[in-house]
Amino acid sequence: MKIEEFRDFSIGDYHRLFKDKEISPLELVNLFLERIKEGEDKIHAFLFVNEEKAKDEAQKKAENLPDELLPLWGLPVAIKDNICTRGIPTTCGSKMLENFTPPYDATVVERLKKAGAIILGKTNMDEFAMGSSTQTSAFGPTYNPFDRRRVPGGSSGGSAASVCSLEAPFALGSDTGGSVRQPAAFCGVVGLRPTYGRISRYGVVSFASSLDQVGLITRKVEDAITLLEVVSGKDDKDSTCAPYPPFGRSEIPAPEEIRKLKVGVPREYFPSGLEKVIKTKIQEVLEKLKEEEIEIVEVSLPHTSYALESYYIVAAAEASSNLARYDGVVYGLRVEGENLQDMYFKTRTLGFGREVKKRIILGTYALSSGYYDEYYLKGMKVRTLVRQDFEEAFGKCDLLITPTTPSLPFFPEKKGRDPYEMYLNDMFTVPSAMAGLPSLSLNCGYDEGLPVGLQIIGRPFEEGKLLGLALFLEKLLALPSPFPLFKEDNNE
Amino acid sequence: MSDFTTTIGLEVHCQLLTQAKMFCHCSTDYIGKEPNTLVCPVCLGLPGSLPVLNQKVVELALRAALALHCQILPQGVFHRKNYFYPDLPKGYQISQYDLPIGVDGFLEFYSRGVKKKVRIKRVHIEEDAGKLIHEGVFLPPGTSGVDCNRCGIPLAEVVTEPELSSPEEARDCLMMLRNIVCYLGVSDGNMEEGSLRCDANISLSSSSLLGVKVEVKNMNSFRSVYRALSYEVERQRKLLEEGKPIFQETRHWDEVKGVTVSARGKEGAEDYRYFPDPDLLPFSIKGEMIEEIKSELPELPLQREERFMTEYELSQGEAEILVQDKEIADFFEDTLRDFNEPRMVCNWITTEVFKNLKELGIDISQASITPAHLAELLKMVDKKEISGTIAKSVLEEMFATGARAREVITRRGISFISDEKELENIVREVIEKNPQSVADYLSGKEKALQFLIGQVMKETRGQADPELTKSILIKVLSSEE
Repeated sequence: MKIEEFRDFSIGDYHRLFKDKEISPLELVNLFLERIKEGEDKIHAFLFVNEEKAKDEAQKKAENLPDELLPLWGLPVAIKDNICTRGIPTTCGSKMLENFTPPYDATVVERLKKAGAIILGKTNMDEFAMGSSTQTSAFGPTYNPFDRRRVPGGSSGGSAASVCSLEAPFALGSDTGGSVRQPAAFCGVVGLRPTYGRISRYGVVSFASSLDQVGLITRKVEDAITLLEVVSGKDDKDSTCAPYPPFGRSEIPAPEEIRKLKVGVPREYFPSGLEKVIKTKIQEVLEKLKEEEIEIVEVSLPHTSYALESYYIVAAAEASSNLARYDGVVYGLRVEGENLQDMYFKTRTLGFGREVKKRIILGTYALSSGYYDEYYLKGMKVRTLVRQDFEEAFGKCDLLITPTTPSLPFFPEKKGRDPYEMYLNDMFTVPSAMAGLPSLSLNCGYDEGLPVGLQIIGRPFEEGKLLGLALFLEKLLALPSPFPLFKEDNNE
Repeated sequence: MSDFTTTIGLEVHCQLLTQAKMFCHCSTDYIGKEPNTLVCPVCLGLPGSLPVLNQKVVELALRAALALHCQILPQGVFHRKNYFYPDLPKGYQISQYDLPIGVDGFLEFYSRGVKKKVRIKRVHIEEDAGKLIHEGVFLPPGTSGVDCNRCGIPLAEVVTEPELSSPEEARDCLMMLRNIVCYLGVSDGNMEEGSLRCDANISLSSSSLLGVKVEVKNMNSFRSVYRALSYEVERQRKLLEEGKPIFQETRHWDEVKGVTVSARGKEGAEDYRYFPDPDLLPFSIKGEMIEEIKSELPELPLQREERFMTEYELSQGEAEILVQDKEIADFFEDTLRDFNEPRMVCNWITTEVFKNLKELGIDISQASITPAHLAELLKMVDKKEISGTIAKSVLEEMFATGARAREVITRRGISFISDEKELENIVREVIEKNPQSVADYLSGKEKALQFLIGQVMKETRGQADPELTKSILIKVLSSEE
């Protein structure tokens, strides 16, 4: 079989092949490994390919095909490199953890394995998940599979690029302020950030604890549903994980129920800076929904413009504390110094990249005595207002539809150097993260070969409705899943 | 010499008696363990690990806060205290800041026989840091390392208002606090092993305003608290009398040299950037939980001390000595059940029992003697079956072998010589052998009588009834006249 035959596959299709003995897990893993070999020098989505162990595991599975397949049985999965994998390096895209191999699996990884999945490799990311371009990785950037001159988005750029190019059928990412949805939008795939607390964070290297949430990157909405069923649910190792049972597909309303949902469109998400083509595409989708007799209402989220600023304060504050542990003492990089202070200084100077240092300094400042009230506390207050905005809007509708990003995949040359413009790219993904709401990005069309992302935002723990609408839209739009060819010619 | 008022406040850390650490499942039993053997990703602060609160910690701290009459806050929040130090793997300590477990309590204690009261500012919970170890058993010369076994062990911090007026009072207050946590089963209160640690703030002033406060650390026993603070009083007094400034600083007590040494230059430069820990949810303390714990609080040392004074007519000093160790106080009361002579039992415990414990280097809980055994022995003394002197040596053997009084006495063939005739014969022998002493006595030297009683005791290997011996001696000697 050839990899391109899987272009529109979801998990069920692979399982049918397994059952019909048309392909074995080992053959499947080999096909993905080949695809990785073909694509990696062009897009650099992976930091580590788990070739041997993946083959061994696939071989074991190939020898023992059960009658009933576990939900992810025999399927390879790519994991963002800030999610701990036992015995497999977990670097967070940082020199600081270049040689760090965790002695434990993150809860999500444990659950993937238990569901029969095979770890294919670890994907590239912005250092410690700080960035929207996968340019800040200490191990080189990832390129957008649609156009290598452009960024794949970030910070889960490696995961999104690998799924887009079918180097992996699906992947895990993490989303703090949009790090799953924005790269999913830039790579034309599905990116789901569930409700804060839906999925355990244990083993996910903390960036901003009150915002970090594991996200799922898939080619089909259907696969996001399956993955969510597998990885969600209560975890005794994470106090912030909600004490609820795992998500179940029975929570998804039937198609006829979907038509009864009210969709809100927040006017603040269509500012003047929004790229025209994105606005057009979203409006086209809204029109189609209307044709399907789904009610569309305009709503307002008045504090949207303050969300981004306060996000960068709150996230940086938490990061400054979360990253204090990288001090060269117990694990990770250590650069010897003349004394303790000197060792700290050298280790952190060499271990962290510019973006990380910038945010640590920013966050340290925001928490300092005398500034705490003015910055951190105010940021938290804005956060409450943002949450209240959503609560009010959800009094008028069940779900919100917005663009995922204000721009199409951008050029690193253009945006990589202006931090504020870069931060603006998160303006539509940050507010729902601040409010802890489930949000999903879905490809809603192309403009000159570049994908446009549409975002659906739901009420807390109402992933059912969210995924229901996403399934409905996916069917309605009937776009082919991406399969970019790795061409040499578009690299300048 | 001008008159200065001394003002002292204490900050006491008590290690809470839980099986597992505060935020992970690692054991807290670190004493004597090889470095870094009681650790896991959570207490080592490995990337991605998360803390999960051990509820027992809240329960124990709540017990302490209630015993200290604190007002309990309905919601507790953990804050991160951020600072870099090698013994702190996460780069921050999980502690409490503006929403501790309890506030505004008080503690009563006796100092020099006078009842005192100090207000408690707050009781909060936090995790312990690790320990730096230097070259030695585990490390080659010239190197240092971190032992993380202690990382994440739960502590309760008790902060008093600065209301103690002397080193002695500070020590007595600390002793009462130690007793309370021991009585509550909240901590083992062992200062030498570091499960109870005390820092003190001390200032001197000649006006109604407080003087510049100095923080004193590294005091590892009640004695060193007293010594260190006494040293500080003198040091600060001298400076003030010479018109020299006192710096607000931290000073370390050097036990060997008997001095405090300045630890850091500028205080106040440290900014811990406290903020609520986003990895932990606020925890609520429900009214029912408070009521339940309140109803289960045992009798506390001060109550017991005062009960001993009224119920058993002991002096404050006697009651205090007994009550200071819950096990001793229990032992005392258990002994009374079989032999209800409080003063006598108190005397025997605080002298003979203490002496034996000290010689064996053990606690009462480790001793082989039981309250019933002691009661049995004391009953024999009371009935004059054996003399006090004999009883002391019998007790010694009871401690050494675990045998009961009767066994020892039978084995040694001891019996109390209370037969007047037999004793009189011995008395006459002694008088004959010691004409000089007899002459001395007869010329009015009372001391000689004691010597003669001693000689009788020697002859009888202590088996003579001392009172009887004395009366017979006087009788026989007066007939000699």
